[in-house]
Amino acid sequence: MQELEIVASRRRLRLAMPRGGPLGGVVLALAILLLFNLVATPHFISLQTLYVNLTQVTTIVIVAVGMTMVIATGGIDLSVGSLMAIAGALAPLIFAGRLLGIGPGPFADVLAFFVPVLVAMAFGSFNGWLVARFRIQPIVATLVLFIAGRGIAQVMTNGNLQAFHNASFHALGLGRVLGVPIQVWLMAVVVGLAAWAIRRTLYGRQLLAIGGNEAAARLAGLPVARITILVYAVSGLLSGIAGLIVIAINSSSDANLVGLGMELDAIAAVAVGGTALTGGRASIIGTLLGALIIQLLRYTLLSHGVPDAAALVVKAAVILAAVYLQQVGRAP
Amino acid sequence: MTSAIDTISSGPRPRGNRHAALLQRQGVVLALVLLIVFGAVRYDDFLGLYNVMSVLRYNAMFALVALGMGFVIMTGGIDLSVGATAALASVVSAGLSDVGLGAGLAAGIAAGLGVGLVNGLAISRARLPAFVTTLATMLGARGLALLISGNQSVSVSWDTSFTDLGGGDFLGFPIPAWIAGVAFVLGSVLLNLTGFGRAVLAIGGNEEAARLMGLPVARVKLLVYVLTGGLAGLAGVILAAQFGAGQPTEGQGWELFAIAAVVVGGTLLTGGMGSVGFTLAGTLLLGLIFNILNFENGKGDFTLSAYWQSVIRGAFLLLVVLLQNRLARRPS
Repeated sequence: MQELEIVASRRRLRLAMPRGGPLGGVVLALAILLLFNLVATPHFISLQTLYVNLTQVTTIVIVAVGMTMVIATGGIDLSVGSLMAIAGALAPLIFAGRLLGIGPGPFADVLAFFVPVLVAMAFGSFNGWLVARFRIQPIVATLVLFIAGRGIAQVMTNGNLQAFHNASFHALGLGRVLGVPIQVWLMAVVVGLAAWAIRRTLYGRQLLAIGGNEAAARLAGLPVARITILVYAVSGLLSGIAGLIVIAINSSSDANLVGLGMELDAIAAVAVGGTALTGGRASIIGTLLGALIIQLLRYTLLSHGVPDAAALVVKAAVILAAVYLQQVGRAP
Repeated sequence: MTSAIDTISSGPRPRGNRHAALLQRQGVVLALVLLIVFGAVRYDDFLGLYNVMSVLRYNAMFALVALGMGFVIMTGGIDLSVGATAALASVVSAGLSDVGLGAGLAAGIAAGLGVGLVNGLAISRARLPAFVTTLATMLGARGLALLISGNQSVSVSWDTSFTDLGGGDFLGFPIPAWIAGVAFVLGSVLLNLTGFGRAVLAIGGNEEAARLMGLPVARVKLLVYVLTGGLAGLAGVILAAQFGAGQPTEGQGWELFAIAAVVVGGTLLTGGMGSVGFTLAGTLLLGLIFNILNFENGKGDFTLSAYWQSVIRGAFLLLVVLLQNRLARRPS
């Protein structure tokens, strides 16, 4: 019955917003923010400003893309920040030759990129396995690694800050291609691939079907368990990449801090971007815009001398307002 | 979701299943007893007065937060804002502690009730999803705490009796433990012996049915979030009194710790079922892991860094969840 209601209300939503679509509100909010800054913030139009904002938002966007897919299946992933910490702790151990016994060099650097990401992906699959195989609620299943994951990263590094000088990671953090920071390229590729996968591939359709009505998807013969495990694995993989970007930017890895609170930033971006937490829908572009709105809001407040603490309060109000407006849009 | 429905709709069960259900809920007590026996046998002063009292004193605030979280979860909701609320309350109460114990206590609880009221109104009246609402108020409360305190810890007054709330004893027991004990007795009475408690469980079991039965769903939900906010506020007061300062950055991750304690205590995250006493057992279980780790390091056979704490807690959560899952499935 609930499913029927959701389908019906979604149809209403579409009728209610014929032109802008569900993204209309998000685009409007972003436009207002941009316009305000154009008028009120000095030196706003510069590549410098653009890149500052983009590099600060990349890790959130990359993680939030995975979160969007997880949420689309009706799940949630609280472990993303801890998986970032694990990947971030592993990489310096590997390229310094302290973990795999391969001395510093190009090969160790390559391993330092891929092994942490694959490990994070494996942990993500573990989340998915708990959810799919044991039918443990996603919030509890991923809570396990939220708690234990950061501990694993801290145990690996004994809680110490690992500062490093590594040319490859330096490039990932600060390098540019065609004038654009590498991590921004990476973000663009992740967003593009995910948006394409959800719209154009069978996997994307199946993912939405599970979120819309899992029982029906199962009865229709979809491999629900496999898709669920895959979606959490993707979320883990993206968290791993984000963890590497964070340590590359800082040229150091602190297992206590890498990815701390990321799960909430990512969920906020998804919610502001218009993906309903109930599942069955995914808007990757919405999530990108949601993250940009939150980032630009913070930038605007900070550049006008509002302290970071107050910016938090405003962020809270914006998230509430965004969800409320979506709610009103869905109401009969 | 399936297990909640199973529990409600399966009616009278065969004897074996009833044992299974009993074990599912009392598994936490069993684990707690085993852990205590283990500690008592292995370490000399484990059951010594000093250790017992300091464990009770230290875990009282977590217990209060978990008690509130238990009620919220029984209605099928969630409250992510409790940790930030406790931080806000600790700052507010520390600021007013020079007026006296009563003023500090009242201010802290009022701050908690305030956040709870915002949560409750947004969730019960505006029908916003609990997860996102409390995620936003978590940011808001944290921001307020940082704003009020100017990003610094606020030292409490030692001239008044305020610090007794954290460090004082009454009849040989720590005052925080008294407060938590009384709260749990009242909570248990509220849940088991009043119409409010039955309404809480009914709403968690099936909100639509509860509404059709004529239960004041919105009011009960509002009250539950206000209650949880108040308890988090009380926990914040104890935090300030115990550490001698209001801590605007403290309380991070408390919400997830509380959820873990509630889940370990056998309360289903889907709502409709739960127990106040087992939540207390769940809190003590998670708290004792830290205590035992300290003893183990003191014994010196081998050293486990404090970081193992979260790994072990996560493993415990996983174990309990898998066990509950096994037992819950046996009937079908």
